[in-house]
Order: sequence, then C-alpha cells, then structure tokens
Amino acid sequence: MMASSYNAKDEDGHHPGSVGSGGPGAVKSKKPDNTAFKQQRLPAWQPILTAGTVLPAFFMIGLIFIPIGIGLLVTSNNIKEFEIDYTGVDMFSPCFNCSQSYSWNSTSACTCSVPFTLDQPFESNVFMYYGLSNFYQNHRRYVKSRDDSQLNGDKSSLLNPSKECEPYRTSDKKSIAPCGAIANSLFNDTLELFYIHPNGSRIAIHLVKTGIAWWTDKHVKFRNPGENNNNLSIVFQDTSKPVNWRKPVYELDPSDPDNNGFINEDFIVWMRTAALPTFRKLYRIIQKKKDNMTPTLPPGNYSLEVIYSILEKRITKMKTQIKMLRFTVFLRSVYCQIHKLPELSMLKKENILILFFQLQNLTFISKFYLLFFCNYL
Amino acid sequence: MDFSTIRNLITRYCTGEESWVDSRTVYIGHKVPPPGTEAYIPQRFPDNRVVSSKYTFWNFIPKNLFEQFRRIANFYFLIIFLVQLIIDTPTSPMTSGLPLFFVITVTAIKQGYEDWIRHKADNAVNQCPVHVIQHGKVVRKQSQKLQVGDIVQVKEDETFPCDLILLSTSREDGTCFVTTASLDGESSHKTYYAVQDTKAFNTAEEVDTLHATIECEQPQPDLYKFVGRINIYLDRDEPIARPLGSENLLLRGATLKNTEYIHAVAIYTGMETKMALNYQSKSQKRSAVEKSMNAYLIVYLGILISKALINTVLKYVWQANPNRDEPWYNQKTETERQRHVLIRAFTDFLAFMVLFNYIIPVSMYVTVEMQKFLGSYFILWDDDMFDEELGEGPLVNTSDLNEELGQVEYVFTDKTGTLTENNMELRECCVDGNVYVPHAICNGQILPGAAGMDMIDSSPGVDGKEREELFFRALCLCHTVQVKEEETVDGIKRGIHQGKSTSFYISSSPDEVALVEGMKRLGFTYLRLKDSHMEILNREDEMERFELLEVLNFDSVRRRMSVIVKSSSGEYYLFCKGADSSIFPRVVSGKVEQVRARVEHNAVEGLRTLCVAYKKLTHEEYDQTCRLLNSAKLALQDRDKKLAEAYDVIEKDFILLGATAVEDRLQDKAADTIESLHKAGMKVWVLTGDKMETAAATCYASKLFHRNTQILELTTKRTEEQSLHDVLFDLSRTVLRQHGSMTRDIFSGLSGDYQDYGLIIDGATLSAVLKPTQDVTSNGGNYKEIFLEICRNCSAVLCCRMAPLQKAQIVKLIKASKEHPITLAIGDGANDVSMILEAHVGIGIMGKEGRQAARNSDYAITKFKHLKKMLLVHGHYYYIRIAELVQYFFYKNVCFIFPQFLYQFFCGFSQQPLYDTAYLTLYNISFTSLPILLYSLMEQHINMDILKRDPSLYRDIAKNSLLRWPTFIYWTLLGVFDAMVFFFGAFFLFDNTTFTSNGQMFGNWTFGTLVFTVLVFTVTLKLALDTHYWTWINHFVIWGSLLFYVIFSLLWGGIIWPFLNYQRMYYVFMQMLSSGPAWLSIILLIIVSLLPDVVKKVLCRALCPTTTERIQRMRADRIFERVETNIRDSLLDGIQNTTEA
Repeated sequence: MMASSYNAKDEDGHHPGSVGSGGPGAVKSKKPDNTAFKQQRLPAWQPILTAGTVLPAFFMIGLIFIPIGIGLLVTSNNIKEFEIDYTGVDMFSPCFNCSQSYSWNSTSACTCSVPFTLDQPFESNVFMYYGLSNFYQNHRRYVKSRDDSQLNGDKSSLLNPSKECEPYRTSDKKSIAPCGAIANSLFNDTLELFYIHPNGSRIAIHLVKTGIAWWTDKHVKFRNPGENNNNLSIVFQDTSKPVNWRKPVYELDPSDPDNNGFINEDFIVWMRTAALPTFRKLYRIIQKKKDNMTPTLPPGNYSLEVIYSILEKRITKMKTQIKMLRFTVFLRSVYCQIHKLPELSMLKKENILILFFQLQNLTFISKFYLLFFCNYL
Repeated sequence: MDFSTIRNLITRYCTGEESWVDSRTVYIGHKVPPPGTEAYIPQRFPDNRVVSSKYTFWNFIPKNLFEQFRRIANFYFLIIFLVQLIIDTPTSPMTSGLPLFFVITVTAIKQGYEDWIRHKADNAVNQCPVHVIQHGKVVRKQSQKLQVGDIVQVKEDETFPCDLILLSTSREDGTCFVTTASLDGESSHKTYYAVQDTKAFNTAEEVDTLHATIECEQPQPDLYKFVGRINIYLDRDEPIARPLGSENLLLRGATLKNTEYIHAVAIYTGMETKMALNYQSKSQKRSAVEKSMNAYLIVYLGILISKALINTVLKYVWQANPNRDEPWYNQKTETERQRHVLIRAFTDFLAFMVLFNYIIPVSMYVTVEMQKFLGSYFILWDDDMFDEELGEGPLVNTSDLNEELGQVEYVFTDKTGTLTENNMELRECCVDGNVYVPHAICNGQILPGAAGMDMIDSSPGVDGKEREELFFRALCLCHTVQVKEEETVDGIKRGIHQGKSTSFYISSSPDEVALVEGMKRLGFTYLRLKDSHMEILNREDEMERFELLEVLNFDSVRRRMSVIVKSSSGEYYLFCKGADSSIFPRVVSGKVEQVRARVEHNAVEGLRTLCVAYKKLTHEEYDQTCRLLNSAKLALQDRDKKLAEAYDVIEKDFILLGATAVEDRLQDKAADTIESLHKAGMKVWVLTGDKMETAAATCYASKLFHRNTQILELTTKRTEEQSLHDVLFDLSRTVLRQHGSMTRDIFSGLSGDYQDYGLIIDGATLSAVLKPTQDVTSNGGNYKEIFLEICRNCSAVLCCRMAPLQKAQIVKLIKASKEHPITLAIGDGANDVSMILEAHVGIGIMGKEGRQAARNSDYAITKFKHLKKMLLVHGHYYYIRIAELVQYFFYKNVCFIFPQFLYQFFCGFSQQPLYDTAYLTLYNISFTSLPILLYSLMEQHINMDILKRDPSLYRDIAKNSLLRWPTFIYWTLLGVFDAMVFFFGAFFLFDNTTFTSNGQMFGNWTFGTLVFTVLVFTVTLKLALDTHYWTWINHFVIWGSLLFYVIFSLLWGGIIWPFLNYQRMYYVFMQMLSSGPAWLSIILLIIVSLLPDVVKKVLCRALCPTTTERIQRMRADRIFERVETNIRDSLLDGIQNTTEA
C-alpha cells in the first residue's frame, strides 16, 4: 500500500492487482501504531539560540582562547627567520654571473657564494628551506604527471610507466625512471653553509639530509624496485634518466643506500607537490649542539655556497621569466622560555614552540576576540 | 517521431481494420450467426491478460534507463559524466558517475521491485481459474485465456474476470447484486439486470444453446456509461433487438453478492476492460517549493556557467605569456600542442564545468524525493487522523505535495459530506402546506397509525387525507433504494424478525434512505422489490403492490428522478421528486405558494429540501412514453442526449404534492476547523450544488459567516433587477470603500470594528461573470477582474448551485489570478473530482458517496476536522523542513565548490581540483547527506500542540516566505563567506609557515584536506545550529556522520589502495592531524565561519522576532518557570515535612 502511494507519483499509480487487496480483512492492520516516533513525539532537547545562551558560549570559547593567545604572542616574538635571495637577477648579486652566463651544456657547475650575517643566535634545531616563487607545482598537468606505482617499486610500471607521465614518459625508446614532469624538474641546486670564524677560517656547518621527508613516504609510499637488490644500477638498467637530470636516479646519493634511488629524501620532498605557486620545501636540518650551551648558529658571518647544477634549463628560458621565478633559502629557528612553564614542559618543547609560531596569524584574531569580549561584557 | 504513433500504426497493421470501427460485434459463445443476416467477420480482441507491469525481463534495463534519463536532472548529470569520459577533465569520471550510478540503480531497483510486485499481482489475477461454458459443460480456464464471446459462469462472492454482459442469473427475475467496492468504493449492493429475453437460459446447457450477438461500443473508460444492443436469434427468425445499458454490464473487479451464480458473456477483456482503462496516470502536480527550487537551479546553473566562463577567459588572458602556458618544467604533449586554440578553449570550458558541476548536486534530488516519500508516512501514521468508525486513516496518493499543505491560501470545500455529515434524517414533510414531523424514533420500531406523527396544522379533510397518502406512497415508490435483508446473511434469523428491523435500506444516495426511513416512521414501509413489483406496507398493515414500469434515473443536470408505476387497480402514475428549482417550473397545479414558502423556510434552517410531484397517466400516454424511452434507450449514438430529451418530454405537467426536508448534520468540529483556517489566513470558499438558502444556513452554522458578516449577494435574483454590470460595480464600491476606510482606520488607530464581508454567488451568475463579454467598451470589459477584486476583500465566499465543472472553473479562476495563490480543494463526492484535480492540492474525504473523490485526490482523509491537523501541523512542518532542505543543499554546495573556484586563481587556471576524488564523490553522498535528511524528517521548530492551538503561526510561512529571494541570497552569501573563510584561512596558513614540529612540509592535498575538513564540520554544525528538535536520532546522525568522515579519512589515507593508480591521499589526513596548528586552525575556522550566522540569529531574535520565534521563546521561558516552580514546590514540601515532623 505504501509503495504504491509513492509510486502513484512517478508514472502510473495504481495497478489492478493491488486494488482488491484492501478488503475488509486489512482494516484492522491499518490502524497505526502509537509509537513516539510515528506520532512525531520523540523526546527531544529543544535549544534556541538566544543572547542568553549564546553569550556564555562565546565567553567560554573566549576563555579558552585567552591562554592560547598569550602563548602565541610570546612565542611569535621568539621566532627567528632569515631569508636569502639567490636568484641572481640583481647586477650586484654574487650569483649574477651564474644566472647570466651559465649555459646548460657547460660541463662544470657554476658556483656562487652569498655572504650573510646573523645578528642573533639561532638556537635549537634550525631548519633550512629552499623556496620558489611563481613555480606552479600545483598545475594540473604537473600534479598528475607521475606514476605512483613506479615510485612504489613496481617492476612493470618501471618499464612501462603510466600515460600520465607524457611527455616525460620515454626517452631514447627507454622508459624514464622516475617518469613525469614533477620528477623531471627536481630541484637540485646544492646549498652549503659555512660559518666564517672571526679569524677568517670557514667552518662547514653539518647539514642533516635525512628526516626531511614524511616517514610514511620514505618507508611505504616510495620504494626502490627490486626489493633486495642493492645494486640499483642493475635494477634501473633498462630505464633512462629524466631528460633534465645530469645523473640517473640511482646516483642521487651514492654514499647512502638508504637515501638513494626513489627513496632519496630530497626527491621525495620534491615529489610532494606544493599547494601554492610560492612555496618552501625543507632542505636540511641543522641539529642543535649536544652541549645545549652554545647556540646552533651563533651570531656572526656566514656564507651560503650555491652550486647551480641541475635546474639548468631555467637559464635558457629564464630571460623573460626571471621576474617570476625566485629562489630563496630560509633559515628558521624558534626559541623561547615558555617551555619552562610546568604544565607545558611535559610536552615536547619543540612541538609546542612551533605550534605557537604557526599561529602567529591567529594571534591577531584572538586578540580581536578578547577585545570583542571586553566590549561585549 | 513519437513512439505512440508508431505503436498505433503497428497495432493497426497487425489487428486489421477493426480499430477504425466504432462498435464491435461479439458472437456469444463464438457461434456463427445464421447466414444471410450479416457477413461474419471474425474480429480479433486481446485476450484477458492484464498487464499492469511496465517492464518485461528483457526490456527492463533499456526502458528503465530511457525513462530515467528523460528527467532533466538525470540527463544533465549524464552529460557531465560523458564529458568527463570524453575529454581530459580534472576529476575522474567516477566522481559524477558513481553518484549518478547510485541514483539510477536505486531508482531502478525500486521500480524493478514495484514492477516485480505488479508482475506477481498480474500473474495471480491472470492465472486465477474461471468457469467457462463450452459445449454445454462448465470448463475451468485460466483467467488470462478468456476470450471475448466466451460465456462465463460466476459464483457468489467471486470477482468478475472481465467486463461481462449479464445473460441470466440464478434468480428468476434475472437480477443480481453486485458490489463495486473495489472500483469506486461504494459498498452498497447494486442491482444489475439480465435482458428479459435471455434470463430464462439458466443452466449451462441452456445457455449454450443461446444464439445471439452483441453490438456495443468500443471500450471507453467511463464506468457508468455503456451502450449496446443484443440481437437474439430465436428459431432463425428475425433477431430480436434489445438495448443494453450500464445496468446490464458487469464490470471487472466488482463482486457478485446475494446471487448464487450468473451466466454472462465477455465483451471487453484484458486491457480493454473499464477498470484497466481507468487506471491511467493523472496529470502531475508540482508544488510551489519545487518551482522555486527549479528557479534556484537555474540561478545556480547560471553561476556555474559564468564561473566556468570567467575562469576560461582568465586562463587565456593569463596564458598569453607562453612561459605561463607551457613553462619549461611542465610541457605539453605533442598532440596537445597541435590542438586548435578554440578546441582547447572549449575543452577548458567543459573541464571547468565539470570541476564546478557539484554545485548542482545529484543527491539533492534524491534527498528531496526521499524526504517527501518518507515524510508522507507521518501522515499515514498519525493517530489523531485515524478514524475509528471507518477503521481507516488518511491516505497519501502523492507525496509530491507534502509541503504545499503548508502554503494553502484558498480552501475550496464542498458542503454535503464534507462540512456536513451526510447522515441524513427526515425532519419534516409538508403536504399542501400541512407539516408532518416524524418524531417517534424508538430504536427503529414503527409506531403504527397516526400516533407516529404529529400534525402541526389542523387535520386535513378527506381530500387532504387522500393527497397525504399519495404523497407518502410517492416517497415510498420514487427511489432506487434496495432492501438488504439480514436473513440472507444469517440463516438462523430467518422467520423470527421477518420484515422487521432486521432489514435495512441501501442506496447510493443517503437522501433517499433518509426519506424511505422517514416514511417508515410515518407508517408507510417499503418492503422490497419483487418481480418488478414494489411492495409497501401501509398504515393499516396492508400490503400494497405497485408494478414498477420505468425508472428515470437521477442525474445532476436534471436534478430529479421519476418512476412510473402501475397500481394494483391498474392506474398508471408517474412520481417525480427533485430539487425545487427543477420541479416548480414543471408543475401545473397544487398548492405551489404554500409549499414554496415552506421550502424556503426550511432551506434557511439549513435543511435539504426536495419537492414531490406526480401525474396520472392514461394507458395511451404510458404507451407513448414507453416508446419514447425505448427508442432513446436503443440508440447507439448520443444515447444520453436522446434520453435527456425524452425525460424532458415525459417529466412535465406535474401536480405538486409537497416537499420534504432532510437534515444533514454538521460534521464534528467543522466550525472549529473553519475558524482555525480563517485564523491561519486562509480564505474558505464553500462550493456546493445545493441551493442558496440551505448552503447559507450551513455556512452560518459552520461559522463561515458570522452574525456581523455583511452578506453581499450576487445571485440571479439580483441580476434580474439590475444589470450584472451595475451589481458588480455596486458591490466592488461597497467593498473598496470599506477597504479604504480600513486603511485609514489603521492610521487613526480605530481598526477595531471593521466590517467583514461574505459573498454569495450562484452558478448562473458565475457563468455570466466568467463569460467573455462581447462588447469591448471601456468599462464592460473585465467582469472577471472586478469579481476577483470583490472576492479578495471578502472573508468568506459561498458559491451555490454549482455544477461540478463550475467548481473546477472557480478554482482555476483563483489559481490564475494575479497573486497565483495556492489552492486546496476538498470534497467527498464524484462531483468534486474535477475541482480536486484542478486545485494545487486536492483532498478527498472517504465518505458515504463512494471513493471516487478519494481516489482522484492527492491526499484523502476521513473527516473534515482532520484538515486542521493536516494543514496546520503536517503542512507547516513539511514546509519548513523542505525549505531548510533546499536552502541548505545549495548552501552546502556553495561552501563546497567556491574554494575550488578560488583555487583556480592560484594554480594557473589549470582546473586542478582542490579535493581528492573520494571527497568530491562522497561529500554529498555520505558525509553530509544523512543529517539533512533526518533533519528534514524530524524537525519541529514549534511543538505540535502549539501549532494546533495557535493557527496564526501558519501566516509566518505564507507565500513561500522561507524560499523567497532574499532568504536565498542570504544563504548563498553565507555560503560564499564560509567558503572564503575556509579557503583563505588555509591559504594564510600555508602561505608562509611550516606546520609540523619536524619542519616537514605539506603539499596541495593536505591543503585540500584541511579545507575539506573545515568544510564538513562547518556545514554539519550549521545544521546543528538550525536544529530545534534534537531527538536521539538527530544526535546520532549529526555526530555519527562527522565521526564517519574522520574514520573514512583515516582509512582512505591509511592504506596503499592497490586498485588506485595514484596514492596522493596516503597518510595525508593523519599527517595533518599530527600537526597542532592544523587542529587549532580547524577549530578557529569553524568558529569564524559559523559566527555570522549565530550573530544574525541572535540579533534577529532579539530585535525583530517573528511570531514563531516569540512563541519559541515563550515556551523556553515557561519550561524554565516550570522547573523553578517545581524546585520551589519541592522545597516547600520539604519545609512542610520538617515542620510536621
């Protein structure tokens, strides 16, 4: 009976068959059950939004935000960031030569060094990022130009990569490994950092190149083909290197077999496409000193050595594009006293600090929120 | 080319020429007629298979798909899906294919299931055994193998397998009794007659010898019309031709009662039976909400196209620099490069369309349909609307119009059976001005003799006595009442109460029953119809027998019926009873004036009056009459017209006997209901076929007119004095002056005692008003407008003397007036069907006049009083529910898609989707679907009892107020604002900072997931804010779907899915959750995006609350008070207890 009442609406309602069924026998069963649900009388909570209920809620939320806001204020003052632009567009930039004269078929790499001075010490772990502006890693054609199963070590995909990789799928009739536009444009300028001791000597700062990619990416999502075969050159022998690369994938980090091939962390970091056209990616980590007494990067003079090595094509194409692409390096550390607060000290210091720093944008909102409350009350 | 024409052509080709013929010839028992009479053309008819199913096993998939894609929405999604398949689009075809597939499959399964049930029902019907007479023997056959011309034997309580012409019955008089309950709901037994010449063929052998053909019209759907002729060949002579009418035709679906068996011949079989022809689809009605929904859809389609256009144009402007179009790190393939720029631009446009197409979600249609379908159960389940007497609750014939119940502005109601009980009782009769009141009602016991009546006037003379008895006899004879005798049901009672109270009367007209019962109380008992003789027990307990010669049946055009009888003394009488307007013009003598005065007096009291007249016929006159009638009855074409003409000739020159007055009591709480409807801002019009005075009395009784209502009359009486033109202008001037002064009163603060008007119009005047006027002079042009203007200013309108079609005309007129109000028609009889079908919402009352109204209605209820709950509670709820549903759906999809649009500005207009495919697909299907569906089923912004108690709340939602453009724009802007908050909130977070403690970065998918998480939470919580009625189901669904989202995301990102060729979401969600700032920003963004709506709500409530909001507030306060008093009471109790101790 029910079905037909709905059905009546669509096309043809009644059908002769069901008409006869509503005889006197059905009368008894037609009486609806007197359940709360069917009578729409389920017990219910019936809140209404009035000033009386909303204001206390506002107040509660405000109270929660007050300590957070204070924390944010404190930490945001303790964040240190240093940015170096090494694009080399400027005539006086040390990298001007490299950006202008470097031709992509020259055999030797072009090196330039950018001096800079830190006025304040950088304490705790210092993260070193490279940044690119106006680089559309989020372009649709770019984002999909990869083969995840190839990167996951799948043998058949290695030799026959996905069509999405076009036009970076094959070269010289061999499949490219890793294929696709993302891999092809891998950022591999080499950046090194030297501390210029007041006595004039250059001390190389140890840059840690592991731990920059997501753990799951490195251990699960990316995998070298040929499980236990340590000799990657054999595994990759039927493939060809990406067109823009100078060396094949199995030579990305010959020194460390756990950081070579597809599981090279620089490579993995690059493969995680950025959300916006101006982005930063983690390059290296400068570990804090063991003794915890001297800052990781004491104030003084430093020098950034840039080896223009691989993104060579940019040179030839960059004449018109130069205003768009900008290469930067960031150094960042956070340090503040707040970890000494007893309730927070239980948490990992760094975690909280960065958390607070992240919310510096939000601080403004929280302050606004507080103000709003003061006025309201 | 249209399919039906092809089908027609094919059937024509296959079946030969006979479909051109207007009548068919049936050979009874397939016997060839005697040679020479007529060429024997074997005609082919369909077999008796009933096919109500639409599909067969083979054509189900193609036919069902074709039908589903005829819906414009499905077609749109199909196109999007195909575009996704063909061109290189940003989202995989799965995202729109899966929901579409889901919707199509669910619908297909539903329709398939229903069709399967229909198949089963068909099979049960088609295979049920019937008894067919072949070569003098009774043979069992499957029903579907029955052929036209087969002679069928049907036993008592069996259902007729096809349309049959009755040949003979087990009764000697060739009658049989039938109930057509399953056809039109009338449970009364109707008598059908066998043709006199065949009724003797009683046994199977005899019937087999019958040699006859039947000529009849081709099948037509009208249940009550049939014309045919039977030619009986006896002894190879010239055939005897006899007319066949609907009284000879047994319809499929009807059941044989009180008759042992019958023999009948099949004439219409299978899909040609009248029952099958009647089950055709009604025209579909669309609700106002659906219309505004479609308007919104068009707006959104516009938004969608303009978004895609803007992005395409910007893309090509931006790409003017070749390094942007194809930077060194991101090159195109050769084929892409070679494509023409126009083709590329077009593909880009399509790709943007695909990317943004979710703004018009598939799931909205599904949800709306489900809401309507499931929601309609609440009407079915409603205990308050269940009628214990009938044992039936309300019926929902269409769930499409649920919300329209909350939008009604005009209620058109029938009077008899709707406002009134249709439970008739004879109040008085008036013979030549002498009034008789039957008052002795002692459990139906007849008090014999004159003691049973009370004469108001002085006792009449001898002549008067004679007239009086003639009047009573007339009423005892002039009817079509049947006697149902209890003893046929229960054999034990036979003989004990013979002829006494155990027998009761059945008739299709309750007036007749009331009259006959009233006569019984006045001493004249109608006993039975036996062998064409009507038997009456008169006051002296003597049996009088009259031979019933002809019955001139009642019809609503003539408004009278007559019988011709022959008394035992051999005199021919024609008795006629009917409405006063149809009797008085035909009367030549009698005390017309006294009777007329009495009739008018009774009508004012709200009684239904009938006049009775008679004439004596001589034998010659009778013969002439017979001839006239027979020739009309035998006519194959225009039989009704010819009959009407014949009746007109016969029914004249009457002698007036008197009049009767039957009371029809008002239905329970009818006045209360009408008052509530008035308070709710609805205008109630009564449309009735009754006379003005009676109808007006009912209107006063039902509080449609109040004591101080000024009645404006627009009747033939007035228009006879003045021209229609003048009357109309007079009235409009009166009304408008009032209107003007009223507005002045409001300014001066004296609006207290304003006059309200009631209009009475009758059918004749109405048709004059509606008639397009010939003269195009300046002021005579538009009566319609003036009439509408008057009506608009009247609080109540009564239209009397309405023909059924005029009722529909009025509804149509109001529907088409310039405000386009929503109309509701309610009625119980067949004469209300046209109005029920015409109005926006048609409500049928399952009453005494059969089920026709209920069958054709959108909703059927048992009593008029249930209309109150139906409109004020159910309608109100449905409306606010669906309004929120529609607005919310658009809102949530703006929130969903607008960030994608914004993202295009940051990804080089490359159509990069912001969200992962799974999120795109499941957003509308599972993450946000259930809360709104359950909201739209459960929401009660105000308690049911308050809605019922305070009808003025209904005005709050009048005129589609929750779906007007400002509201729509508010919701859309809110959606855009929220989308901006999501997007730019996430944008600033990603712009310049890292997220995690270990310095690692997030990519574009994390960005999208962050936006999506905020989106899902905000959108769900927004609904939570709007929910006023939190049952456990709401809690379960709202929190459950949020939980489901989290669990799904964890699962979706937790595994390398082997069937996917990308693993972009791997661990994205978990990494995001491992970052503290992400948590904080999610919370903050949710709060920020909800804030404006909360502020708006609080401010609106505080500054300019609607009635609804005020009541909600009051209720909340009252609860608070109650808690307070409870506490105080318990405290006091405690104190008392302690002091006592």
